[in-house]
Amino acid sequence: MTEIKLTVNAVIRSDEVEPRLLLIHYLRDSLGLRAANVGCDTTSCGACTVLLDGESVKSCTVLAVQANGRSVTTAEGLVAGDGTMSAVQQAFRENHGLQCGFCTPGMVMAATSLLAENPHPTEQQVREGLEGNFCRCTGYHNIVRSVLAAADKLSGAEVPDSGVPNSGVPNSGVPNSGVTA
Amino acid sequence: MIPASFDYEVADSAAHALALLAEHGEDAKLLAGGHSLLPMMKVRLAQPAVLIDIARVSELSGIAIDGDEVVIGATTRHADVASSELLKAEAPILAYAAEQVGDPQIRHRGTIGGSLAHADPSADLPMTLLALGAAIEISGPAGTRTVAADDFFTGPFESVLGPDELLTAVRVPRGGPGSPGGTVPWGYQKFVRRANDWAIVGAAAYGGRVALASMGGTPLRALATEAALKSGASIDEAARLAAAGTSPGYDFHADADYREHLARVLVRRALEGKAG
Repeated sequence: MTEIKLTVNAVIRSDEVEPRLLLIHYLRDSLGLRAANVGCDTTSCGACTVLLDGESVKSCTVLAVQANGRSVTTAEGLVAGDGTMSAVQQAFRENHGLQCGFCTPGMVMAATSLLAENPHPTEQQVREGLEGNFCRCTGYHNIVRSVLAAADKLSGAEVPDSGVPNSGVPNSGVPNSGVTA
Repeated sequence: MIPASFDYEVADSAAHALALLAEHGEDAKLLAGGHSLLPMMKVRLAQPAVLIDIARVSELSGIAIDGDEVVIGATTRHADVASSELLKAEAPILAYAAEQVGDPQIRHRGTIGGSLAHADPSADLPMTLLALGAAIEISGPAGTRTVAADDFFTGPFESVLGPDELLTAVRVPRGGPGSPGGTVPWGYQKFVRRANDWAIVGAAAYGGRVALASMGGTPLRALATEAALKSGASIDEAARLAAAGTSPGYDFHADADYREHLARVLVRRALEGKAG
């Protein structure tokens, strides 16, 4: 067993884990955070996408021990304390960016990472930026529309709030999960 | 799928990683981004007794100019290679190729050294580093050595890297818009049918060097094409020789004849300076 200490959705966690424990299973089974899904389990479909130090990763291909000392954000962590969803989450709801919903947490996290790196993406850049996330309902048009709407909202004057306090990246929607206050 | 049990060690320096390799021998594997190794461990294609995590060794990461070359640390991630302003100025083909690897999530984890050590004949970076004429720096119990990319790959998923050795860095020549000698002409072609896939065939051209992916057990130079270009042949004539000396396999994507056809077409496009 290996001791890990990491920040998950702005909460510091300490645990003893088997080195072979995958991050997705740590999040879902040890912490009860069930937003990220196990889809293909082969680094392809993106349903397990979470943020590691603010960047999208596929948590079926990350060991929990590799996240030691780092910060992890799941879709649960995008929701503010008062229940307000992040701009990306709201945009998915307003633009019908989901059908069955299985891919949605991964899509939202991939989109959150994409907008942190490129706050003003073109439609083509959104499509390429979501290359690692599959929607088997094939609902891509509305997913892309949702991400573009979130980009507009985050860069617009009227809704500059990412939904998460203490965001390290202005208007990105990425929480600075190293901050626990 | 969950990997078989293993012991986990964290290296805090390159020397520490080498000491751990010496201690655990062939039972150990180095772990950086883990995006080739962990999928193999999940399906039991690899079952190391010990994983030595080198991702936190800061001396193995980073991009810097050294004389006529750019040195890229082994654990530099694809995302950092792709977004590096230094590489866009000094070796744009490498920044471009790194952007073609997998998808954003994979590029946030996978590393240039890991891609080389994995030695997948269909991968983006081994082909590109072969085209660039890169040099690969390796540390081991006997000291350090530098191996040309031409001499590094020995077979499918096999290289000259020994079980007690650590790939520490990659050196590529300066040849971009920010380089003293200016930009070396380059082109890059990757043919896939699905998003987020390996090349059915890939071609990278850099100056007079042309490399192919998925045309044999290792990334290959298109030597007949290179020789034709050197003796003054047109791009069309030279590209027609792209499949000479290759030994492509077949799978459900393509048979060998189709891969040879793709090699000729993609090499022509790469020599025309096209990236896609």
